[in-house]
Amino acid sequence: MEIEIRINGREERHKACSIAELVADRGLTAGSLIVEHNGRIIRQDDWGEVMLCPGDVLEMLNFVGGG
Amino acid sequence: MNDKLIIGGHAFASRLFTGTGKFAARSWIPKMLAASGSEMITVALRRIDQAGTPENILDYIPKNVVLLPNTSGARTAEEAVRIARIARAAGCGRFIKIEVITDTKYLMPDNYETLKATEILAKEDFIVLPYVLPDLPLAKRLEDAGAAAVMPLGAPIGSNRGLETKPLIALLIENCRVPVVVDAGIGRPSQAAEAMEMGADAVLVNTAIATAEDPALMGRAFALAVAAGRLGYLAKLAGQSVTARASSPLTGFLE
Repeated sequence: MEIEIRINGREERHKACSIAELVADRGLTAGSLIVEHNGRIIRQDDWGEVMLCPGDVLEMLNFVGGG
Repeated sequence: MNDKLIIGGHAFASRLFTGTGKFAARSWIPKMLAASGSEMITVALRRIDQAGTPENILDYIPKNVVLLPNTSGARTAEEAVRIARIARAAGCGRFIKIEVITDTKYLMPDNYETLKATEILAKEDFIVLPYVLPDLPLAKRLEDAGAAAVMPLGAPIGSNRGLETKPLIALLIENCRVPVVVDAGIGRPSQAAEAMEMGADAVLVNTAIATAEDPALMGRAFALAVAAGRLGYLAKLAGQSVTARASSPLTGFLE
């Protein structure tokens, strides 16, 4: 089943799955990736536990260089 | 001599804070930190934009260096607060540099939004270092709001023009209870020394070090300049006069 979720400010359709599966499907490796789910940071260890639901808002972030 | 700078309960032996932006290669960062002895460094937080393994800037920062995440990209207090909360939740510690900018040409900080963000984050037990235009009444409000330091700009970010706001920074140094860290615009070691001589508690330098041909050597140069300027301040500068004041006896040699 496909659901609509908001990832980094963009509406996207994706199959219903866990955060871990979404990260893998997007070709991302965990590394230093930070995932915020509906305003809450989800620890990488818990990515497999959190299932995405229609209307969820995800931010996928990373620390970068800055002054 | 014990001359440590205390901010938010942390003691810093080095009064040179550095940044991770603009390095031609990230491998310069640990070399620069080793050469400069800087004990606090800024990082930024951004959305990832492509597949793959996001490169982790934190991998280039030794564990003994305190992270100072900034809220760059924030245009409002609310956005700055959100970035700060994410940075802390992601394991970056309690320090936060508040940077709220709406002006894309001169990158002037929005002092009003910065004050609002400081009020919120200080209550949430962050160690708040707001980046501001040097404005004394605002600095006092930031102190009252719980800021751990104030960080006035010397000149626009990345401009390397030095202490263009010097008289205004002097008012902050004279009147603030919290440390004054000159952030932005310092382009050369002599300008860092100048800020320290006038009594700044520390300086934050990114562009001038990161974009030097040899960032490690420039980091060392800045560290020496900051230390020299600090000692000059502590030693209390001698007065100036318009006319000469002889340093040798004025009597004729054979009189």
